[in-house]
Amino acid sequence: MKFFSNKNSFKGGVHPNEYKLLTSNLPIERLPNPEKIILPLSQHIGSPSIPLVAKKDEVTAGQLLATENGAISVPIYSPISGKVLSIGIEDTTTSFAKEAITIQSTGNSEITPLPKLDVENISDTEIRERVKLAGIVGLGGAAFPTHFKLTPPKDKIIDYVILNGCECEPYLTRDYRLMIERPQDLIDGFKLIMKALNVQKGAIAIEDNKNDAFELLKDVVKYDQSISVVKLKTKYPQGAEKMIIKAILNREVPPGKLPIDVGVVIQNVATAISVYEAIYLGIPQTSATLTVSGLGIKTPKNLIVPIGTPLNDILAFCGGITEKAKRIVVGGPMMGITQHNLNAPVMKATSGILVLIEEEINQFDKTNCLRCGKCIEVCPLNLVPTRLAQLSKLERLGEAEENGIFTCMECGTCAYICPANIPLVHWIASGKQKISKAKKAG
Amino acid sequence: MSENSSINSRLEIAKSPHIHSNWSTKQVMWLVIIALIPCIISSIIFFGIAQIMIIIVSVLFSIATEALIKTVRKQKITINDGSVIITGLLLALTLPPNFSLFSTAIGAIVAVGIGKEVFGGLGFNIFNPALVGRAFLQAAFPVSITTWTNPNFIDGFSSATPLSLMKFDNKFEPINNLFLGNVAGSLGETSAIAILIGGIFLLVTGVINYRIPLAMVLSAIIFGGIFWLLNPTNYPNPLFHIFSGGFLFGAVFMATDWVTSPLYAKGMWIFGFAIAIFVILIRLFGGLPEGVMYSILLLNGFVPLINKYTKPRIFGREK
Repeated sequence: MKFFSNKNSFKGGVHPNEYKLLTSNLPIERLPNPEKIILPLSQHIGSPSIPLVAKKDEVTAGQLLATENGAISVPIYSPISGKVLSIGIEDTTTSFAKEAITIQSTGNSEITPLPKLDVENISDTEIRERVKLAGIVGLGGAAFPTHFKLTPPKDKIIDYVILNGCECEPYLTRDYRLMIERPQDLIDGFKLIMKALNVQKGAIAIEDNKNDAFELLKDVVKYDQSISVVKLKTKYPQGAEKMIIKAILNREVPPGKLPIDVGVVIQNVATAISVYEAIYLGIPQTSATLTVSGLGIKTPKNLIVPIGTPLNDILAFCGGITEKAKRIVVGGPMMGITQHNLNAPVMKATSGILVLIEEEINQFDKTNCLRCGKCIEVCPLNLVPTRLAQLSKLERLGEAEENGIFTCMECGTCAYICPANIPLVHWIASGKQKISKAKKAG
Repeated sequence: MSENSSINSRLEIAKSPHIHSNWSTKQVMWLVIIALIPCIISSIIFFGIAQIMIIIVSVLFSIATEALIKTVRKQKITINDGSVIITGLLLALTLPPNFSLFSTAIGAIVAVGIGKEVFGGLGFNIFNPALVGRAFLQAAFPVSITTWTNPNFIDGFSSATPLSLMKFDNKFEPINNLFLGNVAGSLGETSAIAILIGGIFLLVTGVINYRIPLAMVLSAIIFGGIFWLLNPTNYPNPLFHIFSGGFLFGAVFMATDWVTSPLYAKGMWIFGFAIAIFVILIRLFGGLPEGVMYSILLLNGFVPLINKYTKPRIFGREK
């Protein structure tokens, strides 16, 4: 019955071409410091940070530039030393322009660390405080402030922490490289996360296309009863929080609820590295590790770059884009965002920059919906994407809501498979926006 | 503050996802056309090369009807997506050998005009267009559409189909003849093996799902089996039901039509089960020897209702 079983997986999903071999064997390189960096005050979900510096100020690497604004917010540190050129509105990779601090580099970038901690005897409160102080946001994509996730409300009982190493988006190999290059740091970071939450049971989830990472991490935790390393089927979107929890614990997160509502906290493997660095080394979150890939970039690479680095600098370091480049995407190909201004900066949670050519994008002529049901078959959340898209298009928004439009996580699985090439995610996303707008208005 | 030199106008701005599978409407339609090739070949083997004219006329008139309607309605001509070719082929393959070419043309016009374009074209029709054309011909030319020719390997000109032999003479054709297709019947419907080759091809390529054909077969075994066990001399065994008439052709090529079949897994099972029940009821107790066409059309009409009551549970919602 293995064929029909969804053990270690979930219902639906798709298998896009992975293209991981473009970068999976390339060690992470450090990008030379850019001349100029742009630091948006909102690189996370929540309120934008409050700037503490003014135009023309001299700043040093590791200096606090902006402080958090409320509970769901984080501070921002300067990754380089330099001079504040301006504070103003800049294009970002999120398709919205945001207020940002622009810094002209003066060369030096040795980061002054945060005060040293006694890691051996550290308490859960101290971990949470340091995570907050270091400005850490989750690196799985949503950029949710990590300290907030490590401080669940009193009435929620958390019994399981999952470290997400699925990296189910094609092309991206950041998490994979971190797992095989820094397995010990990653486990140390994970243990700190578990300690901060006072949870005894943890699992690291890895898709079975990354077997060497699985074996390596299993070896690191072989004497540790509290952490298990779990191999999951390679299938998109296996790395979605709801799908991982279903696969490992067989718990379903209800619509509109969060993993903490079923007793689980999920963190990305790259976030565990940030936690490790903040606590063991005192380094705030001032750099982003990312994959630069796609058939439209001359030399694909895995890079560690200072946050705020403009996309242009990174593309140039990778040999530039080819004549055939058609879309530049920040994030993965399934959920990433296309860019038009290449001056936009890398942010804390940027995981990849893809330069795609026509053959990879593989778009066909759009036709009427054939009611083939493929979008329904692949939807991991059991929604009816074609119906939701149609209801949004017709502005029958009440019905769209009843049919679960807000349950949709816009993973793109439906639009990927659709033979009629209907932009399902586009319609569903615009439906959500219209509903939210209407609710705000009245 | 943005530097204009950083804006690359060759770059596309689009909503995710930025990659797409190889599925396209055109590709699917051509896969179905390929899957019909064994049936076209079997019709020529058993009923002669002249039958190719019925197929050509049906396809050409289907294409012409769609082109004309699209032109009149000032819509984009969509012939190269292949769907109208399928309608033409399916209609032709359900017609009797040596059927009048004039009537074939009328059938094709009705199939595409009334069956498909009246509803708004591809994706909007409620009933299977080829079957709408076939049903019209059945009503308009009841005699010629039930005038059967024996296959090449059997002597004699005019003949009866295994189903009418069963119904009116209580004679049951051996299954191995039905399997090869060496019996009287509609052009593409007689050879089980040709249909199965096409069906397996469609299953393997993922164009059709196993649920509807399997539900029809299981349902025929169960309900056909009940009557057979009650009275084996009057009623044929269930395998006869499956391999005779248009049952397999309908199960593989008609009931699985994306546009006119249910959207959800549970609905597909209900749809397939119900079709086969009606087929058996019509065959055993109705006025006609065959009931596949009417059963599928009937259930096509129930699809919106089936969809309404078989919606899957949204992930994480209360069971």
